[in-house]
Amino acid sequence: MDLKKIRKDVAVIGAGMTIFARRLQETGKEMSWEAAKMALDEAGLTLKDIDAVIMGSAPDAFDGVHKKGEYLLDGAGGTNKPYMRVFIGGGTAVFAPIVGWWHVASGMFKRVLVVCEEKMSSVQPHAQSAFGHIWDPILDRPLKPNLVWIFSMEMQRYMHKYNVRYEDIALVAVKNKRNAVGHPCAQLADPNITLEDVLNSEPMALPVRRLDISPPSDGAAAIVLVSEDVAYEHTDTPVWIDGVGWCIDTTMWTNRDLAFPKFVARAAKMAYEMAGIKNPRKEIDLAEPYDPFDYKELQHLEGLLLADPGEAAIMTREGKTQRDGEFPVCPSGGLLGVGNPIAAALGIKIGELYWQLAGKAGPRQVKKDVRTGVAQAWGDLMQVASVVVMRRR
Amino acid sequence: MAKKHELFGPPLNPLGTRLEAEDMEKIAHVRAKPNAKYAWAAGAAISRFLEELKNGRIIGRKCARCERVLVPPRMFCERCFQPTTEWVYLPGTGVVETFSISYIDQNANRVKEPILVGVVAFDGAPPHCGIMHYFGEVKPEELKIGMPVEPVWKPAEERVGSVLDIKYFRPRKK
Repeated sequence: MDLKKIRKDVAVIGAGMTIFARRLQETGKEMSWEAAKMALDEAGLTLKDIDAVIMGSAPDAFDGVHKKGEYLLDGAGGTNKPYMRVFIGGGTAVFAPIVGWWHVASGMFKRVLVVCEEKMSSVQPHAQSAFGHIWDPILDRPLKPNLVWIFSMEMQRYMHKYNVRYEDIALVAVKNKRNAVGHPCAQLADPNITLEDVLNSEPMALPVRRLDISPPSDGAAAIVLVSEDVAYEHTDTPVWIDGVGWCIDTTMWTNRDLAFPKFVARAAKMAYEMAGIKNPRKEIDLAEPYDPFDYKELQHLEGLLLADPGEAAIMTREGKTQRDGEFPVCPSGGLLGVGNPIAAALGIKIGELYWQLAGKAGPRQVKKDVRTGVAQAWGDLMQVASVVVMRRR
Repeated sequence: MAKKHELFGPPLNPLGTRLEAEDMEKIAHVRAKPNAKYAWAAGAAISRFLEELKNGRIIGRKCARCERVLVPPRMFCERCFQPTTEWVYLPGTGVVETFSISYIDQNANRVKEPILVGVVAFDGAPPHCGIMHYFGEVKPEELKIGMPVEPVWKPAEERVGSVLDIKYFRPRKK
């Protein structure tokens, strides 16, 4: 692996996203179009300027339509262009932009549009019915598992091994749902939510309660990536993708220690090395780790080497990860507050880093001056990580 | 740093039309129910594993290089990328690696009596290696990580070669 020899630097110059909601009237194609148009508008480009299109979208089972990439193609603006759909479960939200990055970094394309879409409301009676099909058909499915079980088991193991209190984990849900109040796309923003609300919310699969979980959503998001050759033709405030990394652990999940996500650390080290980051705690100013559950924000901060195992809970309790804290985490409101349309979390991970680092985040703008941020997503059978380091120069 | 947008952070005017559940009956939509059926081959390793479950035994497969006993068994070691070479019977006992007390079923329907489920790490296998299964004969508040457990098998005549040939795992009697 040669992480130094990249042909072209790659910048984000525009981002867009639809509202996130439990149900949207728009089809996946219509949502993709709306997000893509917003991103192009912010970048000051039209579809004619785009050389290639990347589509990120999660299981076909959500839509009941196979070859989903082709199903969404027209909305993503990929017609008559080099186009591909990528999918690594929840990790897609940050992996699709990585794929867009290598399209540009390779020198092949100057301007690439990355669109991510998810419509989880089509599958009946609940998105969980589709998630049932991701389990091993011989070993796991006879036990009639719900996907929440696996997260509950992971959370239990994490709390046990690193002596983490549930009360500290629940503070993440409070923080993110409050952060989401400033977000025009938010599904579950709540300015008045308290720790007690989370602690007393309905037990789902203990230790996981209802407010520990991000909601299923419909939504789409998009970003425009350009080569260093043309970035300043389009904007004065490009935000550069300086490091990317990804890694996947074994699918035999009952053979893993679920407490620490080693694959996240490997992906992070790859991205940090590429970005020339030696001490991530000192050199990174803010983070958008993947937070489909509140404990995942903590576990991912630790996997990203921004905290020691178990320490992220203490940082949260001490308020360091608040939007105006010394190390803001999920200033967007995260998946917990804005919503979780799997791949479309692109808009609250990469999109948010772009807006924050470009100083365009409005009421969500973190107080401190930020130059370097890290975004991360996680998925498949809780085994894959995608990491992107972004910088304002 | 200059803030271009004082009132609303981007996206400035996100689009999309929110619907409530009842709206789904009012607006145009189309219903369909796929009817796909599958017959999955269990494979060389798991077929033997299922056969032995029918016999009331847990079997693993050993990698000659790293000496891990893989449970569930595989015909190759994914770390060494070598064929595994030896079948190894395990006592079937283990410890609770992790667990969940679930009030939701597969389709997110609420259930009154919680489902006790988790991962059992088998004795004789490397740390953290086991299978997902139910727990029984234990109160939810008594379940603990590290608790020694043993399988409760279905009667021999009811076993069919499935993980459900084990009814559940219960706390091991001393």
